[in-house]
Amino acid sequence: MNAALVLIALAAVVALLLGLAARRGRTMGMEQWAVGGRGFGWIFVFLLLAGEIYTTFTFLGASGFAYGLGAPAYYIIAYGTLAYVIAYFMLPPIWAYARDHGLHSQPDFFTHKYDSQALGALVSLVDLVALLPYLVLQLTGLGIIVVAAGYGAVSKDVAVWIGAAIVTVYVIVSGIHGSAWTAVLKDILILVVVLFLGIYLPVHLYGGIGPMFEKIDAAKPGFLAFAASGQSVAWFVSTVLLTALGFFMWPHSFSACYTAKEARVFRRNAIILPIYQLVLLFVFFVGFAAVLRVPGLHGGDTNLALFKLVTQEFPPVVVGIIGAAGIFTALVPGSLISMTASMLLAKNLIGLARPGATDTQHVALAKWLVPVIMLVAVYFTLTGNATIVTMLLVGYSYVTQLFPSVIASLMRRNRVSAAGAFAGILVGVMITTVLTFTKTTIGSVFPELPEAVRDLNVGIVALVGNVVVMLAVSAATRSRVPAARAA
Amino acid sequence: MKPIHWLAVVPFIGMLIGPIVHNDVRPFIFGMPFPLGWVTVWVVLTALIMALVYVIDPANRDDTP
Repeated sequence: MNAALVLIALAAVVALLLGLAARRGRTMGMEQWAVGGRGFGWIFVFLLLAGEIYTTFTFLGASGFAYGLGAPAYYIIAYGTLAYVIAYFMLPPIWAYARDHGLHSQPDFFTHKYDSQALGALVSLVDLVALLPYLVLQLTGLGIIVVAAGYGAVSKDVAVWIGAAIVTVYVIVSGIHGSAWTAVLKDILILVVVLFLGIYLPVHLYGGIGPMFEKIDAAKPGFLAFAASGQSVAWFVSTVLLTALGFFMWPHSFSACYTAKEARVFRRNAIILPIYQLVLLFVFFVGFAAVLRVPGLHGGDTNLALFKLVTQEFPPVVVGIIGAAGIFTALVPGSLISMTASMLLAKNLIGLARPGATDTQHVALAKWLVPVIMLVAVYFTLTGNATIVTMLLVGYSYVTQLFPSVIASLMRRNRVSAAGAFAGILVGVMITTVLTFTKTTIGSVFPELPEAVRDLNVGIVALVGNVVVMLAVSAATRSRVPAARAA
Repeated sequence: MKPIHWLAVVPFIGMLIGPIVHNDVRPFIFGMPFPLGWVTVWVVLTALIMALVYVIDPANRDDTP
């Protein structure tokens, strides 16, 4: 057993112990398990909301994105920052409504706001379809990290099984408290590792950040600015706006906001989170540093750029620390996602079949569903199903479809009816699915349009379709049932 | 929306206008290619703008929940 593997194993054990200790003698009823008793201060909320920044997708994906594609990666820093600006206004009323009505999940919000269980069920389905690939991605990333940082001494399958087991156990025992506690260690570790790598590697290998970009620009002209077509500036602008809208529509981020003890927490975080987002810059630097040092990775292999470079440059002990930080980026989001998924499955879908069930019964079922969700995720991870990769791409677009009806419901007078919200989300999801699986772009349908329009993110089409249908159906249903949804 | 809230529109315009107006690797900003440096500068400015909004927004006074 090499030094790196010892450190990674140690990290796994610490994650488990920390996750278990987070319970601290509490009785894990619904309030504590799902929303931490709504008592989290700004640090815990900050870490849960920032959880999105450092999933394995960012750790491996952002560096791989910068390595493989160059400039298009810049959008990742931009959209998160703007999402926090939106959050300043959007999260406080959502949080207050959730507190006043004792909500535990994102579908709960729709069920209550629109007084429609059918809408809650639809949102649950959309959530599950988006969450499952996201969970699979975390486990896949975990496997990659353990294999790469452990020099292949442990197989991917073993790593995935162990990681899934750890998350399952501490989610059942500690719920969201487990996610919050392990998030503290995760973010400290990752901050140290990313800042170190992002500064050391460019300086050591190229003599500084400026010289590094000079050399890349000389070797690959155009790589560091947006292309004239395809992932062009128009693509950048539309993608940043779309993903900023979708950011807090992820069900686990949405319901993580229920844990706050006061509304100001979100407004304060809107100041700090953008700065925190800058740490991603250093992840990019690692990816860019790899461009000229470990050339030749293509397709999915670009995700290995960070670890290829790291194992080439550092001794096993350092690789082990980086690997340890890496597996935390899989375990923490994995815990939040699996908890959220089992919660909404238990309460908002299976709950429909047992209308008399109490919160105590819902949470008991949710805990049983954690291993079920995990097993499904492990299955897809180990079989490497190709569809799941496509599903992942659509996951973000799916949850973005929830944005219009959430915003409408926060207006002083909501002009959108339950039927309108239902139809809008359904149409948005269907358009997204068709466009993604047929690989349609605006340019492929309307080749005669100007470049700037052809390159717009195709998700805009789904969102526009969603809003149009939502408003049309709302107008139709409101005239038939006057004043039905005034509240 | 209170008047001060409109200040939050500025980061959207600022962040996105740079690459629209000037999509070129040079000039470098803090050693970074222009679009990346621009976005980075605007991340910092966004934090400052939101700090200003936070301070002025009456919702954050101690006597309001």
